[in-house]
Amino acid sequence: MDIQFILYKIILIVAILLLSLMVAMYSTLAERKVAGFFQDRLGPNRAGIFGLLQPVADGLKLFMKEEFMPANADKVLYIMGPSLTMLVALLSSAVIPWGGTLIIAGREFALQVADVNIGVLYVFAVVSIGVYGIMIGGWASNNKYALMGSVRAASQMISYELAMSMSIVTIVMTTGSLSLNEIVTQQQGMHWNVFTQPIGFVVFLICAFAETNRAPFDLPECDSELIGGYHTEYSSMKLGFYLFSEYINMFISSAMIASLYFGGYDFPFMHDMGLSHNMVTLMGTAALFLKITFFGFLFMWIRWTLPRFRYDQLMRFGWKGLMPWAIANMVLTGFFYMLFKK
Amino acid sequence: MNQDQKKISLTNRSKVVSNKKMTLMERFYLPAIFKGMSITASHFFKREVTIQYPEVKRPFSDIYRGLHVLKLDDEGRERCTACGLCALACPAESITMIAAERKEDERNLYREEKYASMYEINMLRCIFCGDCESACPKEAIFLTNRTVPSEYERADFIYGKDVLVEKKDSRIDVSKRQTPEVLAFKQDKSKSHNN
Repeated sequence: MDIQFILYKIILIVAILLLSLMVAMYSTLAERKVAGFFQDRLGPNRAGIFGLLQPVADGLKLFMKEEFMPANADKVLYIMGPSLTMLVALLSSAVIPWGGTLIIAGREFALQVADVNIGVLYVFAVVSIGVYGIMIGGWASNNKYALMGSVRAASQMISYELAMSMSIVTIVMTTGSLSLNEIVTQQQGMHWNVFTQPIGFVVFLICAFAETNRAPFDLPECDSELIGGYHTEYSSMKLGFYLFSEYINMFISSAMIASLYFGGYDFPFMHDMGLSHNMVTLMGTAALFLKITFFGFLFMWIRWTLPRFRYDQLMRFGWKGLMPWAIANMVLTGFFYMLFKK
Repeated sequence: MNQDQKKISLTNRSKVVSNKKMTLMERFYLPAIFKGMSITASHFFKREVTIQYPEVKRPFSDIYRGLHVLKLDDEGRERCTACGLCALACPAESITMIAAERKEDERNLYREEKYASMYEINMLRCIFCGDCESACPKEAIFLTNRTVPSEYERADFIYGKDVLVEKKDSRIDVSKRQTPEVLAFKQDKSKSHNN
């Protein structure tokens, strides 16, 4: 633990924090643009060239809005809701390996804030707290729509977290490690998990949509039925935090999908092109971001294609649809693993 | 649903609701989802229908019925004689006027002895039917392919002569509306419904 190491980590943390915020900022623009294109429109294009300043304008708008608090709201919890959501959204980026290692002045630096040996577990633990932000916010608003939204969020989270974990268990089984870095490293050379775990991937992808409260699982928000759901009573930057954290979650989820199933920063012929170590790392990071962008686009694509599930359909799908598949996948993986690897 | 109800279909596109059991493939949903996604993807690459409004304007028809104009004659005199036929014809009762007698030194301003000292159209009442134009015996009022701009106050929508009368140096072309055929039709008393 020398000063160089600490300094590097601080720089990395700040960089990833800023990056997450930037990506989230421009995801809002991308979402509106993509939505526009899917509906034969142009999307925002007035603020700056191609509407590139639109996120700034949106942010400014949110800041200028009245800071409203319902009369009977629980003040502490009301403020805690969005803060917790935002905090948790940002926390989970800590264990994702954003690239290989950089060699600067003869020292090797990993492009990962913390290579904890329980990385996967950490992400799940942190993401599960995320729903508390929604629950607390909905409860503290003292509004029946908000409460309904948070109740839905909670039950949705319970239904999908299990299937999600089950699909991860198979990866942990084949990798033999909970460390995200280890999982990514083992996929190098195009041994991507998606090829060996297609069912697990589909289950995980669906659960990721549910986890981020995106359409077709945006029941907690549900603009048309619950007039905004858990953030009905929120305004100004508190609302901004909720909306923003959704995009950060989307970003992190995409990064998780890319890391767990698509080899993270792995790209074809990674070590066969005769590039320097640092170059390979940087290109790997670029490859990871390409994958993240694709999954971000997929999130939006799905949102503007599929209608929202009904509450009971969602429950049935989670428990009776995904769960059996996840379990079957786990059992099958175990069976083949025992048959071929031992 | 009985047989009689089934027959009532204006477009022949109505589908009978079926609650048949879904096949295994349908219950997977994924093929349907991919189908949906391919539809949206095809729209992603389609040409956008957006018209960039302030820069690009949707072309109006030449005979669009928009904001009125009170025409001047070739010598720049007001054609309107405040006969009140337009106000009478107006189904929305949006036109009102006050008639006045022309002074001797106003011969260059008004074409005939009588003119409208006040002429107002309430644009909130107006339904832009064009009946005023049809009723006018002096070819004084026309609807043009201009639109009524938005205002903040209701009172601002009552347009007086200052807005309605065309300016001498910037005439408004209504030749597309008043073709010789239209003029002939209007002057043919046998076709008039006012007699």
